[in-house]
Amino acid sequence: MTNPERHMPSMTSGLLAVARRDLLLAWKRPGDVLNPLFFFAMVCTLFPLAVGPSAEQLTFSGPGVLWVAALLAMLISLNSLFISDFDDGSLEQLLISPQPLPLVGLGKTISHWLTSGLPLVLVSPIVAITYRMPGDVVLVLMLTLTLGTVSLSLLGSIGAALTVGLHRGTALLSLLILPLSMPVLIIGANTVSLAAGNETYSAGIWALAAYAVGTLSLAPYATAAALRISNE
Amino acid sequence: MTAQLSAENLTLFRGDRCLFRGVGFALNSGELLILEGSNGSGKTSLMKAIVGMLDLEKGVVSWNGMPVAEQRQVFHGALVWTAHRVGLKADLTLVENLRFEAALRPQGSDDLETVLERLEISRLKPLPLRSLSAGQQRRVALARMLLADVPLWLMDEPFTNLDREGRALVMELVKEHLDKGGMCVMAAHQDVEIDAPVKKVVLQ
Repeated sequence: MTNPERHMPSMTSGLLAVARRDLLLAWKRPGDVLNPLFFFAMVCTLFPLAVGPSAEQLTFSGPGVLWVAALLAMLISLNSLFISDFDDGSLEQLLISPQPLPLVGLGKTISHWLTSGLPLVLVSPIVAITYRMPGDVVLVLMLTLTLGTVSLSLLGSIGAALTVGLHRGTALLSLLILPLSMPVLIIGANTVSLAAGNETYSAGIWALAAYAVGTLSLAPYATAAALRISNE
Repeated sequence: MTAQLSAENLTLFRGDRCLFRGVGFALNSGELLILEGSNGSGKTSLMKAIVGMLDLEKGVVSWNGMPVAEQRQVFHGALVWTAHRVGLKADLTLVENLRFEAALRPQGSDDLETVLERLEISRLKPLPLRSLSAGQQRRVALARMLLADVPLWLMDEPFTNLDREGRALVMELVKEHLDKGGMCVMAAHQDVEIDAPVKKVVLQ
């Protein structure tokens, strides 16, 4: 029945297939993508209305507000990362597929970043106008957000995998992820502040890049282990 | 090519409760294994333990004479499991679902169109799975089994939600699979009428 040279899909085909499927699902249900984005835009545009339009104050608080809003928007989007797969049983199917689970999880995380982190980065220049941010600082903001959201997606995938079996694990997920995401927030916001004050800021960019690479190399394995535990 | 799935002395605890103890079987190419037992007796858990999703208290599951834990990827590349939940995405059409599944495991030479025709679901192609009935979704899960080129089929209550023709079709498909040298593990309440060597595991 089974011929010995049967074609086994390659190692990365699972990663690509999962990423493609999740992007397709996001395309069919745009609300899941737009909600966190809307939250981000709302917080960032409401803040100046509440504290007043003084240019000095806005330049001072802008980087912090943008970064906090981005972090919270990422947390909101993370909750749904594995839930729907868990509920309809397709997570079980992924667990028993011959594809390496770390790569399957990475595929899901990639599509999560493309539908949550990347939109935040793209919207941030528009929101930054409210804070009178000059063009070169906006570029720094986008760069730090890019590196930071990559780390947040990867870290979040661990937390989402751990809490997927517990219904209403949202608060727990935030508690698990926040300590690990603090460095990203502090370095990210400070780097933008430094850039706004015309000081050297490259150290922050390198630190964020290092953090992103570190999580990229470790998080997929932690996520895979967490998914196995959650499905016991 | 012949294959063998065997298990020795499987014992599983969920919390403090012992679900089963000392379960063993040996299944060869062309044979059907039926798991029997009342509701809650642990049929699904036994199946999950076989595929390696649950940690056993004691016992070893072996595939072709080697413990499954040492060759997880090879073993998972040799099976399809139709679980209680179909495990397909409700927002995608059946073709999108099956194309995704095809990227995960080895695929046979059967044409998608022929398989859908056989299962009488080809006219449902443009619809998202959400708008299919439970029985039709079951048939899509069957299509996943037929398209994959794997020797081992695991079926958890395969007759659920299926009409009489559907049940007959499942038995026919299993029979064909066994005749081609495949093997099948099935958890079932109903009587299964399949003309093939049958082994049974009865859970208390």
